[in-house]
Amino acid sequence: MLNDHAKLMQAVMVSGEIIGRKKLQKMIYIAKKVAFPFQERFQFHFYGPYSEELTLRVEELCNMGFLNEVKEKKGGYFQYRYTLTEPGKEFLSLNEVDMPFLQDCLVDMNEQNARFLELVSTVLYFDNLSKEEVAGKVFTLKASQRYTEAEIDEAYQYIESLKRKIQ
Amino acid sequence: MAYSAEKLSEEKVFKDPVHRYVHVRDLAIWDLIGTKEFQRLRRIKQLGTTFLTFHGAEHSRFNHSLGVYEIVRRIIDDVFAGRPEWNDDDRLLTLCAALLHDLGHGPFSHSFEKVFDFDHEEFTRQIILGNTEVNNVLLRVGPDFPKKVAEVIAKTSEKKLVVSMISSQIDADRMDYLQRDAYFTGVSYGQFDMERILRVMRPREDQVVIKKSGMHAVEDYIMSRYQMYWQVYFHPVSRSAEVILTKILHRAKQLFEENYTFKYEPIHFTSIFNEKVTLEDYVKLDESVILYYFQIWQEESDPVLSDLCRRFVNRNLFKFVEFDPAKEYKKLAELGSLFKKAGLDPEYYLVVDSSSDLPYDFYRPGEEEERLPIHLLMQNGELRELSRESEIVDAISGKRRTDHKLYYPADFVLDDSTKKNVKKQIRALLEL
Repeated sequence: MLNDHAKLMQAVMVSGEIIGRKKLQKMIYIAKKVAFPFQERFQFHFYGPYSEELTLRVEELCNMGFLNEVKEKKGGYFQYRYTLTEPGKEFLSLNEVDMPFLQDCLVDMNEQNARFLELVSTVLYFDNLSKEEVAGKVFTLKASQRYTEAEIDEAYQYIESLKRKIQ
Repeated sequence: MAYSAEKLSEEKVFKDPVHRYVHVRDLAIWDLIGTKEFQRLRRIKQLGTTFLTFHGAEHSRFNHSLGVYEIVRRIIDDVFAGRPEWNDDDRLLTLCAALLHDLGHGPFSHSFEKVFDFDHEEFTRQIILGNTEVNNVLLRVGPDFPKKVAEVIAKTSEKKLVVSMISSQIDADRMDYLQRDAYFTGVSYGQFDMERILRVMRPREDQVVIKKSGMHAVEDYIMSRYQMYWQVYFHPVSRSAEVILTKILHRAKQLFEENYTFKYEPIHFTSIFNEKVTLEDYVKLDESVILYYFQIWQEESDPVLSDLCRRFVNRNLFKFVEFDPAKEYKKLAELGSLFKKAGLDPEYYLVVDSSSDLPYDFYRPGEEEERLPIHLLMQNGELRELSRESEIVDAISGKRRTDHKLYYPADFVLDDSTKKNVKKQIRALLEL
């Protein structure tokens, strides 16, 4: 009952604070692809893999008072910060979620910037393609981000480092 | 003549209750319709469990897929053809993607995907790219044609205009399902002037835009979408049937994992339960297979599986009360322990189900909303986002509506022949 909500709350709790909706989306997607049992379904959108279900669940958790969302003006757009509230912590204590190694992975991802996580998640989204084809996809679909070959290599290395954390 | 350009000697037509006729002239489209993977869609209902609420809703994904194809065909042949922004080399690609966009849907997709962590889009990709009849037809167009079709459906194609015709906030998919689902459920919502919308659509580099003069028809389309979601798609009785269906699949999987001996071996499910499902196994699944198992599982010795199957087959569904997770999560935990005391596993018999819809969203730069808005083409050639021009759309833009319900078996809770005191406490908490 409300297990999927609890998993997201756990993710925010172990991360401390997540800054940016894009970052939150990419962190959960990467965690799901690497091994963790998040249920939200993702599709490819402007910034890479995106889940409407995740957006909805986060909004619900904010409405329920379990997540705190702070909206800040940042240049020409708004940015959002997410933390777990006290009632959220209480809920989580009644609905335990067992996801070993999650903290280690999410804390690491949280230290990366959203642009890099967008690249990592895009690489993971096309994991059925060869590295060359993935690079082609990145250069076509993400032309505005101007990723380099070196960054793509770094994304592959980063994915491997995450996988090692859960072994 | 190249296969991509080959036409049938005579146009074929399918009678259709929504579009009157679906017209097929391209040989490749005709061949795709004849493949076994496309024919399988006849055995998958478009609206899953909704037929238990609206008895007419027995139409299939086959009907809908033909409908989406027909709308796209009309847009291309009647509106876009000859316009400089439209590249007619993309015509067959767009038609194939429209026809095949739902190819990977499984039986009762929503529940299946939830329980077994399937992704119908991934199966669509596999059917198009794998060793299938569909793939053989597409390969006759060109060696990389299957890949191009799969990319349009997955929205990873660089052809943004083509993608937007099949998947955007005003696309052929939605325009077909709103009208078709309204027709088959018998509701009067879901009606809008599609002919008008098609006439005012214009191709642009990245998306389809709508001439300003068609704004009121688009307003009608957005409002009918809103009504259909709350009156049909999220109907609480259909959701109750879906809750039970999901729980049946959960239970069968759990029993399999616990080495329970089924009276009749569930061979169609074995690879799914083992999480080793192949494409071949997947395309064998349709709703007739699933309903066959639900019939025979009524005789299983496991009381939960047999009871849930009897409920689904005989439409003895769960009842519901409104539920506010933020205020009532402690009550939910309390109810859970009372259900256990009364002899029912709350994991299967006490279920929170949530529905939510965002009728229209505008683009907010820098945010992760990622929905391409509808753009109006003004007389001076400028593009204006719909909600900036339409007060009606502005009123509902970006406003999400969510609804939570708590489902439970009323017959059990109201039966005082056993555990009378516990059930009394349950009824008090449920405010019955």
